[in-house]
Amino acid sequence: MSRRPLRRLAEALLSLAAFLVAWKILTVATGTPPYILPPPEAVGASALESIGSGVLWDHAAATLLTIVLGFGLGAATAIGVGIGLGKSLVIERVLSPYIVAAQAVPVLALAPLLDIWFGGGLFSRILVCALIVFFPIAIATMVGIRSADALLREMLRSLGATPGQVTRRLEIPSALPVIFGGLRVGVTLSVIGAVVAEWVSAGTGLGVLINIADQGLFDTPLMFVALAALAIIGLAFYGLVAFVERRLVQPA
Amino acid sequence: MAAGSAQATSGVRTDAGLAVRLSAVRHVFTGPQGELVALDGLDLAVSAGSFTAIIGPNGCGKSTLLRLVAGLLIPTAGSVTLGDGAEAAPPRAGDGRTGLAFQQPRLLPWLTTLDNVALPLALDGVPPAARTARARLALERVGIAGAAGLRPRELSGGMAQRAGLARAMVTDPPLLLLDEPFSALDALTREAFDAELQRLWMERRRTVLLVTHSVSEAIRLADRIVVMTARPGAVASVLQVDLARPRPVQLTEPAAAEIDRAVRATLAEVHPPELAPWSGEAAS
Repeated sequence: MSRRPLRRLAEALLSLAAFLVAWKILTVATGTPPYILPPPEAVGASALESIGSGVLWDHAAATLLTIVLGFGLGAATAIGVGIGLGKSLVIERVLSPYIVAAQAVPVLALAPLLDIWFGGGLFSRILVCALIVFFPIAIATMVGIRSADALLREMLRSLGATPGQVTRRLEIPSALPVIFGGLRVGVTLSVIGAVVAEWVSAGTGLGVLINIADQGLFDTPLMFVALAALAIIGLAFYGLVAFVERRLVQPA
Repeated sequence: MAAGSAQATSGVRTDAGLAVRLSAVRHVFTGPQGELVALDGLDLAVSAGSFTAIIGPNGCGKSTLLRLVAGLLIPTAGSVTLGDGAEAAPPRAGDGRTGLAFQQPRLLPWLTTLDNVALPLALDGVPPAARTARARLALERVGIAGAAGLRPRELSGGMAQRAGLARAMVTDPPLLLLDEPFSALDALTREAFDAELQRLWMERRRTVLLVTHSVSEAIRLADRIVVMTARPGAVASVLQVDLARPRPVQLTEPAAAEIDRAVRATLAEVHPPELAPWSGEAAS
């Protein structure tokens, strides 16, 4: 490991330590009761306990499955539809009112309907997740496809490139930076989608764990553990997307 | 595309070039502001293996003419055909008969220079090994074999323009269309380019149509200079350039000065003087 990653790690740890200290000071100075704002060590203890018993992992695994499948399904369809929207004004005119309307309706309001249609299983949770991920990625893809340089388009046309070849050789590579912008937004939304879906219907999942901690146990430290786990999952997936982006997108 | 690409991929071409014929061509662009007649009543015949320069000011339809010959545009009226006699047929973009180089290099930024030059072959489905070999040959011909692995952003303007030329020539098309390919380069690089283009043409006598703003460049390179009228574009006159080859960068023969005068006189006749950028250009 070179010096730079070490330094960055040290910076991250320092910032985390400062955050925990500020949190602790806040709880002590204001005298807030632990069921409203538990001190960091109580959350730490709760985390160790729920990790040790396997409870946290069971719920996190369920949420991760929803996110991976939901984001995968949502991103794949969004890129496909986005290419269609970008290439054809007719497709855009026909489809975009429905896409915008579906996006305008809050996912929280749609989730119970999907629950009725597809039952309270994994599939409807994946659909909720895919739905919330779809819009930013589809729109980013459409905009990216259209941003392809007109001069390069003419160059490919002069070489007799088919519309499919233009898409593969020019439009998708030039859209990649914008598509990744959509994927970055989408992947963080996928965490929200998974939790919303779990609130509506699920037996396990971090969203369910929050509900249990809230209504059943009044266990605020456990709620914080679940929130922290969601934040870590969100950060990890965001980092993964950023990593893939660095591998695929050439600096201009 | 199939017939043309099969011919192009065989790599063996014995014909010396492709004749071009434009008859009573009219081309109208329709836009939100109405119609623009770019070309009207244009007749031009170019014989196989000849080098023709097309000269005229901006907006006279030179680039439109080239795009009609490349098959990127279809004339509103009149006909454009490539080839002689029974073989004569309208151009179709990507049929393997033409290679087009633009004013800008137009390279795909995410591909290496080699892959950019090999692009026409890749689109035609030529296997990777064969297209790499042919792209390397094309890079060698334009003198930038060392740039094969570089990305376009790592190339100088001149090198990028050479790569664009190599891409146009990689399928060895019998008709090469050059749309002001050197106009963005500095004067010295441009003269070096002209000399190389002459050498390449003398090596393989393909038909070349060169659109240019420069009278001296036209005289250095062409067998014939086509002077175009102002918009709507048509052929004002065709001047023969009977100078020995290879021609030096600095043409000192009295005949060259004679042609220079004739071209400028025609240009002055058909264009209002305030639109005539060549009036200030030093005769070489």
